[in-house]
Amino acid sequence: MFSKLLIANRGEIASRIIRTCKRLNIQTVAIYSEPDEDSPYVKEADEAYPLGGSRVHESYLQVDKVLDIAKNANVDAIHPGYGLLSENADFAERIQSEGITFVGPTSDVIRSMGSKVEARSTMKRAGVPVIPGTSSSTKDADAAIEAASDIGYPIMLKASAGGGGIGMQVVNNDEELRKAYESNAKRAQMFFGDGTMFLEKKIINPHHIEIQVLADQKGNALYLFERECSVQRRHQKVVEEAPSPFISEQTREKMGEAALKAVRALGYQNAGTVEFLVDENQHFYFLEMNTRLQVEHPVTEEITGFDLVEEQLRIAHGETLRYKQSELTIHGHAIEVRVYAEDPKTFYPAPGQMTDMQLPVGDHIRHELAVHSKSFVSPFYDPMIAKCITWGETREDAIERMSYALSQYEVEGIKTNLPMLRTVLNHDIFKQGNITTSFVEEHYLKEEAK
Amino acid sequence: MTEVKANMAGSVWKIVVTEGDEVTSGQDLLILESMKMEIPIATDDDGTVKELKVKEGDFVNEGDVVAILE
Repeated sequence: MFSKLLIANRGEIASRIIRTCKRLNIQTVAIYSEPDEDSPYVKEADEAYPLGGSRVHESYLQVDKVLDIAKNANVDAIHPGYGLLSENADFAERIQSEGITFVGPTSDVIRSMGSKVEARSTMKRAGVPVIPGTSSSTKDADAAIEAASDIGYPIMLKASAGGGGIGMQVVNNDEELRKAYESNAKRAQMFFGDGTMFLEKKIINPHHIEIQVLADQKGNALYLFERECSVQRRHQKVVEEAPSPFISEQTREKMGEAALKAVRALGYQNAGTVEFLVDENQHFYFLEMNTRLQVEHPVTEEITGFDLVEEQLRIAHGETLRYKQSELTIHGHAIEVRVYAEDPKTFYPAPGQMTDMQLPVGDHIRHELAVHSKSFVSPFYDPMIAKCITWGETREDAIERMSYALSQYEVEGIKTNLPMLRTVLNHDIFKQGNITTSFVEEHYLKEEAK
Repeated sequence: MTEVKANMAGSVWKIVVTEGDEVTSGQDLLILESMKMEIPIATDDDGTVKELKVKEGDFVNEGDVVAILE
């Protein structure tokens, strides 16, 4: 196994990776920006080095600095976490060329999945169903409008290099498309350095369901079932669960097989997630592949007993997967909520000084924390300050435990989405289990406005 | 005289007007940046920008006055 690992990330995911490393006796190296100096993960790591700067492009995205620290600290592997440089193919390539192991797939695979346009055509060739849409990027608004007449409105306009809902917009007619095209191409250029746009048919009331995969370097692959992530605001996930309460056993198997087709077509290695939209008739369509660990990976861990970070490290180290697909089963049900520093109704960010935090304690209540009770939540990064995960024998048990956990959960000094999470977990439609990606807009926001 | 307030906490990313500018209702005065989101702050009234209370890079809390119009 590796002896020393650098975590090219921050917050709760850095702490999460350090935890597994400690159990496996791997030394850990943290890196941090100026505002993160006081973060828990910096103290938890065996060594920590400053990057300077505040904004991500001044700190965590500084590839040269990260590599210098890795070389000086003499690490033999780098774990990229999620976000930041995790899906940056050049970063993965630079790491490998320094003789350090990148905990993730090869840079070619990251590159091909990073372009959503290319990912679509790769999946189509592999026999994975894709959403009807443009098979290549549209060169300008006029070309997009022409393509739209073949696909039919409503249409989802997307940035090829996009992520986190940025550069993405639903449009209902030519005029809206023209307006949205220019502003979103500009935003995508600013955020991702690539203003390439493409179109997809908007699937009405879809479920967002994704398959976790693991693949070793010898061609063995597993799917660790699905996560349903349909509770979203601004196209970002808020509540996730596993298994999905919506799909049938037959759909589960079909989606798993489709994800493995994708893995084999790509020659994929390490942990990855194949995201699908699933319509009301349980038809599923490839959305994108995330070539990294996901924020919501704990719900899969809770129902399968896997430590996904450990699996990632073993695979990166060249080990063979220790299980066969037929040996895997789903045990119980798990739910994760993301605690965001934001207004619970407008979802506007709410950074600031925390004054206290009380965490619920109990069996099968798990926490992943980016903060301590007196943290200053900086405006420079993602609003997620914590995740809470509960497990139960049944979905009802997991919901009941989460409702209890949320009733005991307190964050003082800043606004959080905790009131929203409590409402969602106690909502009849959520309890019934048929939640689509329009749930927050159609139910939560409309009912809150009354 | 009208006070224009920040509707969220964040840092001032860009100021798109200067003192003395004539502005009309709905016009953006500045853009706040917070947690990977940019929120433009617009005026609800017509008027002249008398004073800008912030500069680019400043951290503002929700409700802070960012500009005064006449």
